[in-house]
Amino acid sequence: MSSEILKVEGIRKSFDGEEILRGISLNVREGEVLAVIGPSGSGKSTLLRCISQLETVDSGMISICGKVLVKNGPEGKAVYADRNTRREIGRHVGLVFQNFNLFPHHTVLRNIADAPVRVLRKSRREAEEAARALLEKMDLSEKADAYPCQLSGGQQQRVSIARALAMNPDILFFDEPTSALDPELTGEILKVMRGLAAEHMTMVVVTHEMKFAHDVADHVVFMDGGSVLEDGTPDELFSHTKNERTRAFLTRFNENS
Amino acid sequence: MNYQVLLEEMLTATVMSLRIFFFTLIFALPLGMLVALGRMSRHPVIHLPVRFYILIMRGTPLMLQLLFMFYALKPLFGIQLERVMAAQVAFALNYAAYFAEIYRGGLESIPAGQLEAARVLGYTRSQTFFHIVLPQVVKRIIPPMGNEFITLVKDTSLAQVIGVVELLKVTSQWVSSAVDMTPLVIAGVFYLAMNGVVTRAFTAAENRLSYYR
Repeated sequence: MSSEILKVEGIRKSFDGEEILRGISLNVREGEVLAVIGPSGSGKSTLLRCISQLETVDSGMISICGKVLVKNGPEGKAVYADRNTRREIGRHVGLVFQNFNLFPHHTVLRNIADAPVRVLRKSRREAEEAARALLEKMDLSEKADAYPCQLSGGQQQRVSIARALAMNPDILFFDEPTSALDPELTGEILKVMRGLAAEHMTMVVVTHEMKFAHDVADHVVFMDGGSVLEDGTPDELFSHTKNERTRAFLTRFNENS
Repeated sequence: MNYQVLLEEMLTATVMSLRIFFFTLIFALPLGMLVALGRMSRHPVIHLPVRFYILIMRGTPLMLQLLFMFYALKPLFGIQLERVMAAQVAFALNYAAYFAEIYRGGLESIPAGQLEAARVLGYTRSQTFFHIVLPQVVKRIIPPMGNEFITLVKDTSLAQVIGVVELLKVTSQWVSSAVDMTPLVIAGVFYLAMNGVVTRAFTAAENRLSYYR
């Protein structure tokens, strides 16, 4: 049995008195792909942002690679680990954004190799060699010296995946990685992600691509209104769901696509 | 009119104008960044005084600030700055306020997503500021900064109200003592020449940074 990489228990998060996450629990084991689906505003992105430390939770427990990021204190409020532990946990995690968020003033190669140099203290040569290997893998070798503005959206997203991979994360999060792309470019990104899944990269993917969730994920979570309504294998969710709300969402989804 | 003496005096005075110009930049450029960061602080204890400072600096005449710096510090605090120093300090404090607002515009134009990307990658706050944010801010603020630099070249002439002998002061002395307009033309040419250099420098900087959008 492979080890647990991500464990989330009962996390809650409110913005301005409105509860966005109402007690979410998840488990992701090494090499697993978890797809998180659900309507817009259901809290999927907030969940990822809490796990990757871009937001803080109000209560609940998150542990990554066996290290506790946050847990409930005696009063039931979230107590975070100290700064060094938080940083250490951050190193296990990679995040790919919907809008790529590449650094426009750096070349493609620098976008990928800069963080390993500055954060992991690798030598520039070593980092750039690794970056070139990643570009090769992303089928972008000839774009090493280009700037992000010279690339298509799909190419930019592949660079941002390479940038995340360059940090050697133990788990990679994707926040609607294809939502800013047209169908053709979407296919290009999904292909890369299928490749990563085949290499047993541990991933949590927030997505509206039901086919991808169905084909690639080991587990699918359906979220609505800040709660996990259903959690199961793709087959259980997509073909044999017992949950009314899940069925309604999937039906509407199939009608529209 | 002795043109050789005229030119010598005008050149010496130009050196004084340039001295004020460079002193102001050296101090106001970094100070402006501190003011901008203070202005953007979430803590009222920091951003309220900074906003008040910006209000005073932009809301009162620079000439008044020059007079204040030279005449008012003595009765108020017992400090008497020498003329040129008083002028330089007044200019630096005034321009820092304008630079701060330009920096703020540049800083706020950097998409939050880039800061988040840097954070998830593990960059420290200072790495993010110096390697991700600042290079992009520099590019974005070049056009408004060009305006300020050009205005500063001309504003140095205000220093004469506290007795600093700069280019326009010397010029007006020559014009009023002899009925000859030549010094005015020469002064105009000098200012144009200085701003020609400033403009070229800014165009060059803009071109150097045009490799990305």
